[in-house]
Amino acid sequence: MANELIPATLKGFAVTFREIFKKPITQQYPEVKRPVYPRFRGRHQLHLHANGLEKCVGCSLCAAACPSDCIRVVADENTADNRVSAGERYARIYEINLSRCIFCGYCELACPFDAITLGNEYEISEYSRDDLIYTKDMLLGRPVKKIPVADPSIYDTPVPYYKTHS
Amino acid sequence: MATVERHPVQPGKQLIYEGTRIPPRCPTILDVPAHLAGNEDINQINFGPNHPSTHGVLRLVVDLDGELVVGLRAVIGYLHTGFEKTMEQKSWWKCITYPERIDYLSFQTNELVFVLAIERLLALEVPEKATWMRMCLLELNRIHSHLVWLGTACLELGAISMFWYTFRERDQILDLSEMVCGTRMHTRYFQAGGLAEDIPTGFYDECWKFVEQMPKAVDQYEDMVDRNRIWLERTKGLGLLSADDAIALGQSGPCLRASGVDWDLRRDQPYLFYDRVYFTVCTREHGDVWDRYKVHMDEMRQSVRIIAQCLEQLQKFEPGAPWIADDRKVVLPPREELHTSMESLIHHFKIVTEGYRVPEGEIYTTIESPRGEMGCYVVSDGGAKPWRVKFRAPSFVALQATATCMHEALIADMIAIAGSLDTVMGEVDR
Repeated sequence: MANELIPATLKGFAVTFREIFKKPITQQYPEVKRPVYPRFRGRHQLHLHANGLEKCVGCSLCAAACPSDCIRVVADENTADNRVSAGERYARIYEINLSRCIFCGYCELACPFDAITLGNEYEISEYSRDDLIYTKDMLLGRPVKKIPVADPSIYDTPVPYYKTHS
Repeated sequence: MATVERHPVQPGKQLIYEGTRIPPRCPTILDVPAHLAGNEDINQINFGPNHPSTHGVLRLVVDLDGELVVGLRAVIGYLHTGFEKTMEQKSWWKCITYPERIDYLSFQTNELVFVLAIERLLALEVPEKATWMRMCLLELNRIHSHLVWLGTACLELGAISMFWYTFRERDQILDLSEMVCGTRMHTRYFQAGGLAEDIPTGFYDECWKFVEQMPKAVDQYEDMVDRNRIWLERTKGLGLLSADDAIALGQSGPCLRASGVDWDLRRDQPYLFYDRVYFTVCTREHGDVWDRYKVHMDEMRQSVRIIAQCLEQLQKFEPGAPWIADDRKVVLPPREELHTSMESLIHHFKIVTEGYRVPEGEIYTTIESPRGEMGCYVVSDGGAKPWRVKFRAPSFVALQATATCMHEALIADMIAIAGSLDTVMGEVDR
């Protein structure tokens, strides 16, 4: 029995021993961030037109498309002295409950004005569930931390059609 | 039953055991034998629901005579989420995001079985490119699921290093998934009519790299444990399941093939383009934990073969070949038309808010998931929401074989046996 035991065990150890000389695949995550692929769906972002007006017109199509019902939109009329969006109406309240969100990206598929997209930010842990309800101001703001993105010319061509206009 | 007649167990093959071992009173409950009933030395213990070796939250109520398992009862339902009922409240389009979450290791398979059901009810033509890509991703997903099984099964028996090696390859598959679909798991990439987006050009190179590397990795796994004394003694001859018992218990997938039944839906009821690719259905004849392990290993090699053939086919398509059917009643219109065509905008709003309508009817689609026959039974009343959705989960059926496999098993072997059946509790409880 010992005759077969030793070579068999050595064969297994040879595999693990050889790994010593290979480059480790461990990623030093919090210090070094692996670039995400351009299609990665992370935290949502609301977008502005070049003139500073919001693209969102409060049509609630994203809320209708959401499979987990995590978006809440309350629309209001634009007035001459309070013009927020480029359309007739704007989203007075725009909230996304990220603790319910399943990051399927149906909202960005649905939005006819390219107002909402899923960005590349994935570090969205919070200590409290309440903090995961993102309001319009939080969604309009740019992410503080910059997430590296892999080369879109390789990994995102042909560009998905919902990304061509935003 | 037609399936049994078409693939009889070859005569002259070694009998795994005489007769049947299915518990007579109830196939899923192993009763304490009469001569031991009421014996004070029989200990009843709870294994789980919160135990790392139960692949989720499975509770096994075990009666022990010393170390010997004499009674066993599986208690399930801890992960019940009500997917099937929830899907009745959602439009067909939104429903596509749900099946993937039922079985979190073979998400693409579950997604496909539901999408296929919709497509057959709608009689939708899917572009060839989409079908090849679906096959490619399905086989990647099969490898992913087998890798997680292999890693955790070895981990439960104390071989920790295997877990890290399998997760190295698993991560590559998830990277490919992230590149193509946008998320690492639960991708919603398969849509009724084809794929959600076109395939990125960088995918082919990365996937070829994986195809070259994966067989070497499988060899490496086999080098590590194949002749390892501990692994051999903890798997060989344990958890026996004869072919007749496996068929009687409705087993499918690796469990069934390890018992010597040559049955694979990819070959026997071809869906997608599985009738156009070359692969071998891997079987073994002893029906023990070791054979289930070997079937998983062989299937990974075959999956790599299928992926290579899919990639060859995919690269023959012109860039920009259609990846989704051109049916404006079902498929979202191209983005640029929203700004120019009123009709497209109306279709867009209709699909997103109300959802497309699926003709009245019922359908049962089956595909070979990594765990066996994954079925989806869908009834439509002609509306925008499914009237009833029912999944035939292979894990649920595999779990029914625990009592039969646990014949004269020791408590330590119970872990190996329950693990070898490859159950995912999310799918069992749904």
